[in-house]
Amino acid sequence: MNPIKLALTYLRIGVLNEMQYRVNFFIQLLQSFISVATGLIGLSLVFGQVTTLAGWSRPELLAVMGVHLLMGGVIRSIIQPNMERLMDDVRNGTLDFALTKPADAQTLISVREFRFWQLVDVIVGMVVISIAFFQLKSSLGIFQLLGFLAALLMGGVMLYSVWLMVTSISFWVIRVQDISNLFEGLYAAGRWPIGIYPDWLRTGLTFLVPVAFAVTVPAEALTNRLDGTSLLFAFGMTILFVIFARGLWLLGLSNYSGASS
Amino acid sequence: MKRYIDFYLASMKISILEQIQYSVANYFYMIGMITEPVIYLVVWTTIAKQQGGSAGGYTVGAFAAYYIIWTLVRNMNIVFTPYGWEWRIREGRLSMELMRPIHPIHGDVAFFAGWKFVVILLWLPLAAILSWIFRPTFDIRWMEVIVFALAIWGAYLIRTMLLSLLGMITFWTTRVSAIFELYFGLELILSGRLVPMTIMPAWVQSLSNYLPFKWTFFFPIEVLVGNMTDAQLWSGICMQALWVGSGILILNLIWGFAIKQYSAVGG
Repeated sequence: MNPIKLALTYLRIGVLNEMQYRVNFFIQLLQSFISVATGLIGLSLVFGQVTTLAGWSRPELLAVMGVHLLMGGVIRSIIQPNMERLMDDVRNGTLDFALTKPADAQTLISVREFRFWQLVDVIVGMVVISIAFFQLKSSLGIFQLLGFLAALLMGGVMLYSVWLMVTSISFWVIRVQDISNLFEGLYAAGRWPIGIYPDWLRTGLTFLVPVAFAVTVPAEALTNRLDGTSLLFAFGMTILFVIFARGLWLLGLSNYSGASS
Repeated sequence: MKRYIDFYLASMKISILEQIQYSVANYFYMIGMITEPVIYLVVWTTIAKQQGGSAGGYTVGAFAAYYIIWTLVRNMNIVFTPYGWEWRIREGRLSMELMRPIHPIHGDVAFFAGWKFVVILLWLPLAAILSWIFRPTFDIRWMEVIVFALAIWGAYLIRTMLLSLLGMITFWTTRVSAIFELYFGLELILSGRLVPMTIMPAWVQSLSNYLPFKWTFFFPIEVLVGNMTDAQLWSGICMQALWVGSGILILNLIWGFAIKQYSAVGG
């Protein structure tokens, strides 16, 4: 079966499901506003003391915040729900139901869940980015926009790959929920440009949990800091992450004995 | 009274034994939690360095000290969550606890209090590593250590009262997540969790004097990191006691109304 058709079908089911609970839209909207408000307060405290932080001006950091929010929405609407379901399935033995279906198992387990209302964060993130852009008073060139979109897409794929690798560990170790807590904590580091962190942490945030590629690099594309070499490097890293994730997933799957249910 | 003491000792012992078994899981949880203060610390260290060594009266070393003690205080602040209350009420789990001849909240307080002993034990190596990396500067007197040992439990009790009250909203409505998030946002700003209160604008600082939040975060940390006089230290403990006392009163009052709303669903 065509993987794109499969994904779209599940997407439709997810949307239909969530449409039953429309009040959740407003609750999600309120929550997004709360997180934007606390983010803005944090920024105003910082800029009450200094005019630039490690070379980033206030509107530029607002753009970083917008990208962080947007990517967070993508994680919570698509990546995290699917991976959490996979963890449950491995523990309960119900992964059998996915494995017996005539489609690639990795594709299937990656598209089954979709939290439509979480996309509110994506929209709010875009609004924050637009406001930042307005404040920067710079115009968005076509190459800049393409670079941003490419960086965003690659960042998303890398985050997905890391989540899949972490979740694949559940084939060996059952209690991995706490690892996803750890991941959430590390993702929060992306609220600020990666350059401010000490070397050891920056390395971890680049190669172990690619928050750098997911948030800072797209924000760099927006603020004219990105050159072709970094983009190319990000592309190479994306390929590596995808290959490693696929490998670990297949290795884990061969370790799955299933059917305890 | 004796039955309460027996109950507390037994529950705490059970929770210590239970949590010791999951020390690896507890560690993952604690390390995940440590990223938050490390982020704040790095941001404020960068600012302090840009300004020639200090920001808002805090030197680089003082920021490190603040956020390292923060990690212990944050762990002491972990109590039964309002989301737990929501689950407990929505699923009808509360019915079982209401059958017992003791108020359900005692079970929560005792269980988490026991857990704290494991947490403090696990925190020590983490604090050592963080201190080695970030080089905090301390100037600690004996009296401060004694007051700190009391203040972290005061913080624990105040936050237990606050979050239980918050959780009890679920007796009336189960759509509570937005209310909870709003509360956590306010707490972040007004407690000293985000930045030391002295960096906040003056009006936020004076507002926080009339609210319980800063006694759960800023006060216990400042006991060790700041330079308070003995009188200030002990009056802080008295303020904590006052908030715990009011918390218990209000909780009892609301509980009387709330429990009438409760209708068990399954469980």
